[in-house]
This record gives sequence, C-alpha cells and structure tokens, in this order.
Amino acid sequence: MFLDLFYALRDEGVPTGLQEWLMLMEGLEKGLHGSSLRRFYNLSRSCLIKSETYFDAFDRAFLKVFEGVEGELEIESEVLDWLQDPKNFEPLTDEQRAALERLASDELLQKFLETLEEQTERHDGGGKWVGTGGRSPYGHGGEHPTGIRVGGPGRNRSAMKVAEERRYQDYRSDQTLDLRQTKMALRKLRQLTRTGAATELDLDETIDETCRQAGEIELVFRPERKNDVRLLLLMDVGGTMDPYYEPVSRLLTALHEERGLRDFKAYYFHNTPYELLGKTAALLRKDAIPTGDVLRTLDPRWKVVIVGDAAMHPAELLESYGNIDPRRMAETTGIHWLQRIADHFHRSVWLNPDPRGMWDQSHTCRVIQRLFPMYHLSPDGLADAVSALVGARTHTH
Amino acid sequence: MSEEIDFLKFQGTDGYIASSSLVDAVNAAIALERPLLIKGEPGTGKTLLAEHVATALGMPIERWHIKSTTKAMEGLYVYDTVQRLNDARFGEGDVSDIRAYIKHGAMGRCFRAEKRHVLLIDEIDKADLEFPNDLLHELDEMRFTVSETGDEIVAQERPVVIITSNNEKELPDAFLRRCVFHFIDFPDKPLMTQIIGVHHPHLEAQLLDQVLLKFYWLREQNELRKKPSTSELIDWISVLLRAGMTADDIEQHIPFLGALLKNEQDTEALDQYHERGGQYPSEWSDLGPRYNN
Repeated sequence: MFLDLFYALRDEGVPTGLQEWLMLMEGLEKGLHGSSLRRFYNLSRSCLIKSETYFDAFDRAFLKVFEGVEGELEIESEVLDWLQDPKNFEPLTDEQRAALERLASDELLQKFLETLEEQTERHDGGGKWVGTGGRSPYGHGGEHPTGIRVGGPGRNRSAMKVAEERRYQDYRSDQTLDLRQTKMALRKLRQLTRTGAATELDLDETIDETCRQAGEIELVFRPERKNDVRLLLLMDVGGTMDPYYEPVSRLLTALHEERGLRDFKAYYFHNTPYELLGKTAALLRKDAIPTGDVLRTLDPRWKVVIVGDAAMHPAELLESYGNIDPRRMAETTGIHWLQRIADHFHRSVWLNPDPRGMWDQSHTCRVIQRLFPMYHLSPDGLADAVSALVGARTHTH
Repeated sequence: MSEEIDFLKFQGTDGYIASSSLVDAVNAAIALERPLLIKGEPGTGKTLLAEHVATALGMPIERWHIKSTTKAMEGLYVYDTVQRLNDARFGEGDVSDIRAYIKHGAMGRCFRAEKRHVLLIDEIDKADLEFPNDLLHELDEMRFTVSETGDEIVAQERPVVIITSNNEKELPDAFLRRCVFHFIDFPDKPLMTQIIGVHHPHLEAQLLDQVLLKFYWLREQNELRKKPSTSELIDWISVLLRAGMTADDIEQHIPFLGALLKNEQDTEALDQYHERGGQYPSEWSDLGPRYNN
C-alpha cells in the first residue's frame, strides 16, 4: 500500500526515485512515523519531496492513496473540465458568421464575466453559455469573430482575449534525449575573464618575480578565470507556442543544466512582454516581477535570449491596452517594452521556433525583426545566436 | 540505537517555536543520519533553527557561512602555502611540518572533534552551482583525505548537518536526493501569535491584533519589493513598546515604518498610497478570505 503512494507521486510527475524511497523505508523501520498518520505524512514528505513546488502534488497523491478522495473540485476547475474536449463541433456557415453580433472587446469582457456568474452547468453547443463548440462569444473550439477563449488550444490566432486560467505546466522537464545538440551549441556561451579579487596564487609569476628579486620571495596573486556570461531568458508561453513545447523545453533544460554561466534568470510572458513578467510559466499574479525592475537591476552586459514566435494580433504589440489578458491591461505598449529591452542590453537575440518561411507572413514578426536579430530555434540557428551573443559584434541597430 | 534516538529527540525550545512537521523533519534527519535541507522565506528562522537544535540536543555547533566565493574545499581544510613560504623566507616556524600549515574548516573541525556536533551550512545557494556536488562524498562518507599529507580524516561522531537555502539557485538533483527536506511556511496568525509570545510575553491583546493586522496587510501588498518578515515584526513590536504605543495609535497609522520596510522605494510607495487617500485596514475582514475563517 505504501508503494501506491510512490507510484501516485510518479503519476503526478513528482521526480522522486529509489534513493528517496529507501530513505523513507529506513525511517519507517526506525519507527519515526510513530503511530500517527500526521507524522507519517511529515516523514514521507520530507524524505520523498525535495522542493516546495511539489508539495501540492504530494498532497493530492497522499489523499488519493490514503483516503480515496481526490480532493475538492472547485468551480473554476469544473468550468475548465467542461471545456476540456470540444464536442459536437461544426464549422459555422458564412451566414451564421455574419449573423453573429460583433461585440467590442470591453463589452465582451463584461458580458463574459456576467455570463460566467449566471452559468451553473455544462454546455456544449448553443449560442449563449460558456462551453465548447458553440457560437457564443465565450468558451473554446467556437467560432465567434472576436470571442473570448476559455481553456483549450488556440486555433485561430486572432482570438482577441484569452481569459483562461493559464496554469501551464512549467516548460522545464527532465528529458535527456536530444539534449546533446542543444548543450553543444550552448558550450560556446563563454567569455572567460579574470575579474574580481586576486585570490589565486600565480605560481609561475611568483617564481619569476622571486628570481628577479634574487631569491627574495615575492608572492604574486591573480583573480581566477571565470565565465563572465550572464544570461537572461525571456520566454513566450502558451497559445501559439504550444506546438513548440518540445524544442523549447529542451532549450530550457539545457540552460538550467548549463553550470558554466555566471548567472542565469528566466522570465515568462504571453505573446509580448508588458509591464510585468512571470517568474514561472504559469504567469501567476503573485509571481510577477515588473519588467522595469528587471531592466533596472540587470547590468547591460547581460545577454538576452527571447524565445517566441513573435506572431500575435497587431494590436497586442502596437496598441495601448493591448494585453490579451484582460486582468493585466496597461497603457504602455508591448513594442515599447521590447524597444526598452533592446536598448538596455548590449546583446540580445530572438529565437523563433516557427519555420523561417513563416516569419514574414506575420506583421508583428516583421516589426520585431527590426529590433532583434532573429534566429530559428534549431541547432544551427542556436549556434548562430550564441555567436551573435558572445562573438564579435556583427549586428548593428 | 532506539534509545539514542529517543534521547536525541528534538521538540523545539523555549526560544523557538517549531511546527510539528519541522520537528518530525529534524528528528528524521537525525535518525536517518542525513543532512537536513531547510528552505523558506528570509526571516522564517532557518539559521536560528540550527542554533536551537544544538541547544536542545546539548551539542556544540560549528557554523559555516557560505559566500559566493566559498569553495567546498574550504570547509574541509585550507593549505596555507603563503604562510609557509613566508615562514621559509624569514626562517620562522617549522617549515618542514606541512601539518602545521593545514587549517581545518568548519566541516573538518566537526569530523575531528570527539563530541558530536551540529554543523550548520548556511545559505548554500549563495555558492557556485557546483558547490553542493563537491560536498556529496564528504557528506555521505563523513571522511576526506588531506592530499598534501595523505592523512585521512574520518568523522569520530557523525555531525548533525543542517543546510539552509534561500532558493537563489537551484540545487543539483544528486545533492537533493541525499537530503531530508523541509520547507518552513510563513507562519500563519496563530503560530505568529505564539512566536510573538516568546519574544514579547506581556503584549496586550488588542495591540497584538492591530499589529498582526497591519503586518499581514503589508505582506499582501504586491507592490512591495521586500515583504516584512518575522524578524522585522518582532523588531517593530519592540519599537512600539518602547515608544509606549497603544492599539488606538496604530489603528490609522503605521508608525516606525522603517522597522518593517527596509527599502526606500517601499516606504515611499506606502507614503504615496497614504497621500492618495488609501486606507489602512482596521479589521480582519478588510483582508482576504485567507485570514477570516
């Protein structure tokens, strides 16, 4: 029965292994759990889980195994459940499309919130409620020209407002396959310099200097050689980036394992950075950091890598209040923030997972290419991007 | 063996309130002879824990505070080449005895000591990314070799190792696998009341309520760059008591803000909030549902 817990944890995606399990067994053998479930919970958690980010997953697994209760379902998650699988979806006819009221976006948001409040059950099809496959302006898998999308993958790139609770899984994963190429490209991300305090005894110089002083010992110190590259990664998550989960997560894993960097920070955004960046891919409000703070605190010598498809509705990039997330609207445009990032840092590159041929089809992608040198997210493109970051300056603004 | 575990049972001390899960984690680490990795927000008493474990168990403590330049080797020993060269130059000391120039670090001292120690490795995440990996073998085997002399140092008594991290860098998996892990939650209202009770036992109930209300409200303000933590709260209460403040005095103001907010921009932000006519909370219902059940 204890093994159930182990497998339940693995099912939840918690990275726990044999070594942790044996540690728990040793603890049980020593009777550390006493006779209470509470203490067993404490013991197993401190042995099996090594990061507070998995505490929630542990709680769920623990409940499942020891009480047969999955945990309470909240209203929000029910709504998302309805929307999980688009049902009875038929494309709209041209007439129906034309017949649909074209609502302005703020009106739409208002109505969406009202509708959500009124709604109490699951809806598939139909023209009013939040559900799947319908012609209501809310929900997903639907075809309202300026609709609000709730959950589910984005199909038409012009959805004006994405109001889903974006609990995207963090991109980072423990894959090891195909990582090698990525890592090899990143190896070049090196600028070895001797900076900082002179702490290392330079034996050769000491001997030379001592000889020059005719045997009088003269100690010579030098700073250690260190990689001076500090890397800031900004990443587009969700929406149109979903199909590129694999190459992007490979890059992120490789960067996290790249121990040679002097410093590394990763922040997330949706489509284009605005005044807030997410510390996690979930883009939760509590984990947000002001973009202005990032610019203020990071030295211009940080290298910036932005990963994103640069494809979005032109209004999201170029207009005020363009943020697709209605809870985060702000006056400053996305393009303004991108300009500030490009101006602040000496070296920055944009990695685009879309095939090169698609870049010029999107207006926003053409605009962004004027600010950042753009490279394809492939081993070759990455190698070029890395040399643009550390090599001789080739790009001029 | 079981007697020894009973004997070593840690239950928190008079000066340190530990939650039941923390007590279990500490005892698990002691019994399993694994390092205990403690994470949590700054000011939740991570470092203090080691001191109190040492007090509770009656063990001496060795502290190893990690800085960005700290090398794993320094915890074991440092071979003082420069001193030896200097001595050779001026003909001082016994230059032929290498051992005289081997200085043991905190970990080395713990291993060599006859009495069982608590070893605190503080803020391990400050160091280089490879740092924890470099210590794996020593923490596992509790032994190391001084390569200059060939001496092997074996721990006489396995120290109780407590490692703290502020989560500034991710720690390597191989290292994490060997640790017992505990995350110190930010104290909730009842626990905080208990903690304050330890430091300010005679605090008037009404004042305490207002103090906590303002404190948790401040922590809810997402605009703040550095949220006040427990230690700042304790300091703030001390100041309030010295100044003879009562519950009424702090109902509409937050005096001595400097004790709570250590960042100039944060203080300014709050001043501006007040000037704009922003209200401070006067009862718990002004805060979110988290504080009202």
